[in-house]
Amino acid sequence: MSGHPIYKPRSAFMQWMERRLPIGGLVYSSFIVYPTPRNLNYWWTFGGILAFMLGVQIVTGVVLAMHYTPQVDFAFNSVENIMRDVNYGWLLRYVHSNGASMFFLAAYIHMFRGMYYGSYKEPREVLWILGVILLLLMIMTGFMGYVLPWGQMSFWAATVITNLFSAIPLVGETVVTWLWGGYAVGNPTLNRFYSLHYLLPFVIAGVVVLHVWALHVVGQNNPAGIEPKTDEDTVAFTPYATIKDAFLMAVFCILFAWFVFYIPNFLVDPDNYIPANPAVTPMHIVPEWYYLPFYAILRAIPNKLFGVMALAASILILVFLPWLDTSRVRSARYRPLYRQFFWAFVIVCIGLGWLGSKPPEGNYVLFARIFTVYYFAYFLIILPVLGKIERTKPLPNSIAESVLKTGAPIGAPAPPPAKA
Amino acid sequence: MTTMSSVEPTRRDFLYIATASVAAIGAAAALVPLVAQMNPDASTIAAGAPIEVDLSPIAEGQVIKVFWRSKPIFINHRTKKQIEEAQNVDVAQLRDPQPDSARVKPGHDQWQVLIAICTHLGCIPLADQGPYDGYFCPCHGSVYDTSGRIRQGPAPLNLFLPPYEFLSDTKIRIG
Repeated sequence: MSGHPIYKPRSAFMQWMERRLPIGGLVYSSFIVYPTPRNLNYWWTFGGILAFMLGVQIVTGVVLAMHYTPQVDFAFNSVENIMRDVNYGWLLRYVHSNGASMFFLAAYIHMFRGMYYGSYKEPREVLWILGVILLLLMIMTGFMGYVLPWGQMSFWAATVITNLFSAIPLVGETVVTWLWGGYAVGNPTLNRFYSLHYLLPFVIAGVVVLHVWALHVVGQNNPAGIEPKTDEDTVAFTPYATIKDAFLMAVFCILFAWFVFYIPNFLVDPDNYIPANPAVTPMHIVPEWYYLPFYAILRAIPNKLFGVMALAASILILVFLPWLDTSRVRSARYRPLYRQFFWAFVIVCIGLGWLGSKPPEGNYVLFARIFTVYYFAYFLIILPVLGKIERTKPLPNSIAESVLKTGAPIGAPAPPPAKA
Repeated sequence: MTTMSSVEPTRRDFLYIATASVAAIGAAAALVPLVAQMNPDASTIAAGAPIEVDLSPIAEGQVIKVFWRSKPIFINHRTKKQIEEAQNVDVAQLRDPQPDSARVKPGHDQWQVLIAICTHLGCIPLADQGPYDGYFCPCHGSVYDTSGRIRQGPAPLNLFLPPYEFLSDTKIRIG
């Protein structure tokens, strides 16, 4: 492929700047003329949406921090003060709390897209692993943020999650006391969670830079799962990808706004509007919806240590996905069997999420166990074996051929992906 | 510039190794306060002094909750039926085998003092609940008997016993 045009600054100031800090050239080559596969569909817009959500969370979070008090006697009331007295405080807090849900929603769609189209495969392994690190950081940040309002769910979520570390043999109790800074979750715990909740988003921003850097080294995957070969296979990032990202971001914001303005507490447990009480555990402890699948895996296993190990493994196994999937064909479009197992996996993840919200008894536990087995079998058995035995469909010769033979005009969106 | 290659270590080699060693020790030493500040501070430890509890107002069959070191403690004045249930258990069948006698003070069978923290993930169990007439944890469904021993559910161990002693027949000191 030939190189893309080189940045030639027009204004005298930018010419002066370019010789000292070539930031104009960086933006130009990364976000203007950067070649993107011409067949990208709307599932590829969630990276941009995620960057936008990180920005929303940082802006609203920094502002909320100006009104919040990280002290056990004042934390709950300071949040209520934000809701009732601070100008637009209700809006800022609802945007922040629902923003976390939207952030995870976009992240999960982004990950499922990567899995459907095999975006984690060679040479994008590091790109994928950076994404898993981002997910881990998001999970930690979201959890600590949930503790800050110091309601009943905040307190007991903090207790249950920190107690996961007590499953570590020998040093478990010592580690938990160290995390708490006391003999139970208390003021020192709230203080350190607040400090880390403020810090981690900036760590996330740093890892996002690495993620985008790695993306721009290897280039984007695409629905056909084959590399661009000629200039005909790519289009410039601006306007083609820019407008696509911006359009879906606007649609996504409608959903976001619907939650914020119409059902702001739909995703919140009402118990969290009761101030934290260390003497009473609520009847049903449930985490936020975006942790429910992992929570269901934890509860599916009737042994503390193995339950905690399964919980950790369910996330860490994603790191090894590029090597567990032995198929050399990336896109599920050309993998008829894989496509079925993939959609079963999606259903299992959603099913685990639903089971995680149910009490741990009877058939709920039974199904949680069956789904947990499928979750791990998908990575450890199905993907390695499928790559060896599956008869894949013939790949198109080029990205251009894969879209142009359907008669679509240049620059038109690719056909919808999943017809499973 | 010519490169000097000699078999003998140079003074620069010595400086390099010495500086790196000091830096490594310095980094390790800097970690000590950074890690130690996370542990309970002096005021938290001081607030964890022993407490005395008067048992005389607790009626038979009643469970009260007191706090020691921010931990909830159940003090259960067990009924005769509960004591018998706790004693007539085949200890070998238990997940964390312990006879009832090892979980109360000798001569004070009716008083059972437990740390009311589920050994699974730290929730507070509910008293007088569950199929064994003992304690039930609402979080993940662990069931304890009237002696606080784990009978069903994901918890690995019996409810822990706090350190305590009887000062008189109706007074205990926890801690």
